[in-house]
Amino acid sequence: MRNHASYRAFLVHRLSGLGLALFLPIHLIVLGLAVEASALDGFLRWSELPLVKAAETILVVLLALHMFGGLRLLAIELLPWSDRQKNWIGWAAAASLAVGAGFVIRTFA
Amino acid sequence: MTNASLGTLKVEIWRGAEEGDFETFEVPSQPSQTVLDLVTYVQRKLDPSLAYRFACRVGVCGSCAMTVNGTPRWTCRTHVQKVASSGRVRIEPLRNLPILKDLATDMAPFFDKGQEALGRFVPSDARASEVATIPPDDPKRKEANAAIECIGCGVCYSACDVVSWQPDYLGPAALNRAWTLVNDVRDGDRQGHLKAVAEDAGCHACHGHQNCVEHCPVGLNPTRSIAGLKRLVVMAALKGEL
Repeated sequence: MRNHASYRAFLVHRLSGLGLALFLPIHLIVLGLAVEASALDGFLRWSELPLVKAAETILVVLLALHMFGGLRLLAIELLPWSDRQKNWIGWAAAASLAVGAGFVIRTFA
Repeated sequence: MTNASLGTLKVEIWRGAEEGDFETFEVPSQPSQTVLDLVTYVQRKLDPSLAYRFACRVGVCGSCAMTVNGTPRWTCRTHVQKVASSGRVRIEPLRNLPILKDLATDMAPFFDKGQEALGRFVPSDARASEVATIPPDDPKRKEANAAIECIGCGVCYSACDVVSWQPDYLGPAALNRAWTLVNDVRDGDRQGHLKAVAEDAGCHACHGHQNCVEHCPVGLNPTRSIAGLKRLVVMAALKGEL
């Protein structure tokens, strides 16, 4: 019953949103570390580890998926209906993967 | 058409009301057999106490909608061959509606929501007035026409996850009906229709899963109608009309 592109787009949007919500408190804690330079430097050194960078790539992809998925929803709800709206799911996924690929190239190249 | 049997099917049918269990029947397989044929066979030959609902048997009335292998469908328009998996078919009543008995649901909540969405025409003119002239290529008429063929079978309502998560959600069919009315220039209460669907359980509760679009047996697009209502409600709210 739920085996179709629009439902999968909803799931991706919802799960990426949950992932970002979980990340947000960590992000705020790290920002709080900036008050104390040594603590922040320690964290920044840790964040250079390849595994952490890989996790960061996933985070960037989640963010991109949520953003492009959200733009798709806004377009569906605020613009006149387009029967091409299903193609937008593919475009949103492709754009998100492109952003992720760009991040990987920038980070590891 | 031949009557030669092509083996048997195991047909699991929901028995009981909200509490109940599946009962398995063996039904001879036939060419071009529909799921409604299976249910009819069981009721006529195996267990006359089986309750189910149907009328036209040819995809016009929509009353034979049931859940077949987890998917809401018109059983009269569903060939067994298309849905049977390893010779088994599981038939349940429509989801999101109270079960009266076996495969028959109480459709009252579904139709009540049509009224809650003010899904009825409000006359704007006297009965004796001239018939309104509406060009077929009028953009609003085109929008209304694209959504007008709903026969209220409840398949979209059953397929909608938002209805199951938020039971007071008006649902795709009621909102689709409201959309036809706000696009009907003869209707006398456009603002009333918009107010009715602007509530918490109205158009803004739709998550855009599009299960309704995927399952509508007449190929309507309730998500399109609901998106249209969302736009109109936002515009009306910005103008202070709600």
